[in-house]
Amino acid sequence: MKRWIAFWSILRKDMRTYYLKPPNISWGLIFPLAWAAMFFIRSGSGVEGVRALLPGVMALSVLFGTTSLLAVTVTFEKKGRSFERLLLAPVPLELLMLAKTTGAILFGVINAFVPVAMAAFVADLGGIAWAMVVPAVVLIAASSTFLGLFVAVSVSEVFEAQTFSNFIRFPMVFLCGLFFPVGSLPVWLRPLAHALPLTYGADLLHAGVQRAGRMPPALDLGLLAAFAVALFLASLWNIRRRWIL
Amino acid sequence: MISAGGEAIVVEGLAKSFDCVRAVAGIDFEVRRGELFGFLGPNGAGKTTTINLLTGLARPDSGSIRIGGVDCTKDPKAAQHLIGVVPDESNLYPELSGFDNLCFCAALYGLGKAERRKRARRLLDTFGLADAANRKFAGYSKGMKRKLTIAAGVIHDPEILFLDEPTTGIDVASARQIRQLIADLHRTGTTIFLTTHYIEEAERVCGRIAFIVAGRIVRIDTVENLVQPEQEKHIMEIAVTATVPGLLAKSAAAFPALEFEELGPGTIRVKAGGPIHVGPLVRFLEDQGLEVTEARRMRPSLEDVFVRITGIETDAMRKDKERPGGGQ
Repeated sequence: MKRWIAFWSILRKDMRTYYLKPPNISWGLIFPLAWAAMFFIRSGSGVEGVRALLPGVMALSVLFGTTSLLAVTVTFEKKGRSFERLLLAPVPLELLMLAKTTGAILFGVINAFVPVAMAAFVADLGGIAWAMVVPAVVLIAASSTFLGLFVAVSVSEVFEAQTFSNFIRFPMVFLCGLFFPVGSLPVWLRPLAHALPLTYGADLLHAGVQRAGRMPPALDLGLLAAFAVALFLASLWNIRRRWIL
Repeated sequence: MISAGGEAIVVEGLAKSFDCVRAVAGIDFEVRRGELFGFLGPNGAGKTTTINLLTGLARPDSGSIRIGGVDCTKDPKAAQHLIGVVPDESNLYPELSGFDNLCFCAALYGLGKAERRKRARRLLDTFGLADAANRKFAGYSKGMKRKLTIAAGVIHDPEILFLDEPTTGIDVASARQIRQLIADLHRTGTTIFLTTHYIEEAERVCGRIAFIVAGRIVRIDTVENLVQPEQEKHIMEIAVTATVPGLLAKSAAAFPALEFEELGPGTIRVKAGGPIHVGPLVRFLEDQGLEVTEARRMRPSLEDVFVRITGIETDAMRKDKERPGGGQ
């Protein structure tokens, strides 16, 4: 019980202090919407093309929202030494880091549904398999958050975290099948696409929104979950190695 | 809970290196329950590293740590509910108010909402910060930040409190208040582990003191026992209008029973094992062409003990700590 009081307090404090600030919401939304608009205009399709773009925009919103914020919440607190307060609390590191990341996961999930709400005004969203889309969004948010955490605990400065994140995020925009299928990539790039968690998340979203998935949904879900767990464990290992000297 | 009369902290053979630098070189000490224990040393001596090892922010290379009877060498989390830590920099959350910062810190130790609000209000009152309770921490003065950081360290009523340089870089009035707060905490039975480079502060508040130099503890004793040998010395400071070349050597030759030391331009310190006769000394200095403007007897202090044991001048140590980026 005592540990859960700490968990909720960390989550609540982060939501208040970081996630619900307008600049953070805009970073998670404006950037992906700008990308989507670019693809939309380039494709020359009408409003019927909105639905095809939706999985990519949702995935991008989650990816950019979660990874950008963790660079602040974790790296900034480490730099200002307030993170030491958490490390000194009688709470297991695993629970502590779950508390620090749950806010980002929730933020990512909310971000994902803002484009959906906007698309509902211009396109018919009937027939979407929400039972597939919702778990996909949650797992994309979790794996992206833990990817952001892994980056944040591998660097010392906030700007390093942002730079390092961009090296990972921008290639993912093109490699993970968000706006064009992985099958259209050059053969030598495809293994790289399959080494990235967002590929499986995007495939699930395509399956849920347009019935256009390339892999079995259960495999996508399993691999996304495995990526999330592996990235979380790698981050914990990095914290113990780098921050508890 | 620590057993009555037991040891609050027991450290044996504790060692830690960073790359090729041996920060803590196999130290042993114990802190008794309810004691105010001073840990003194120059910058880079290993004070902060020792605190980090004791509190679980660093892992020892070797040795053992028992806090409140709990072996936390392998599992530092095991004793974290017993301790409070006030780091050398105020590290609360700038975006939160003083009140919210304290409530948040209390929540980290699992205190319920009503209890943490009650304790936060009580501590804000005790620390004279009630008027600033709803102001953001970022807008606090340095002294207020230090006080709130100490309040955050004791919000969960820890049995052992680690204070790392609590008065560094703050004004005299705030430093006095903080020393008073430390003394009050000690009176309530809290065991306090205090690191400081202000020797006079340690002398004023601590019961026992350890001197650490280059990662090694060179002396541990009570303040009385440390100062006692120096008390038997007679010290006098003499102010003169100018100086002449070779004055110290000439003085030593004329008064072989006395030790002479030049503290700065125009100030000479004289030490002796017995009473110093001022008349002949003043006449000698005047014969050298100097005018003696003042001669006063000095009370030997812990600072003299520290300088004698470590060979480190405390003024240099203080200046080094207070420059930007100073400290460990």
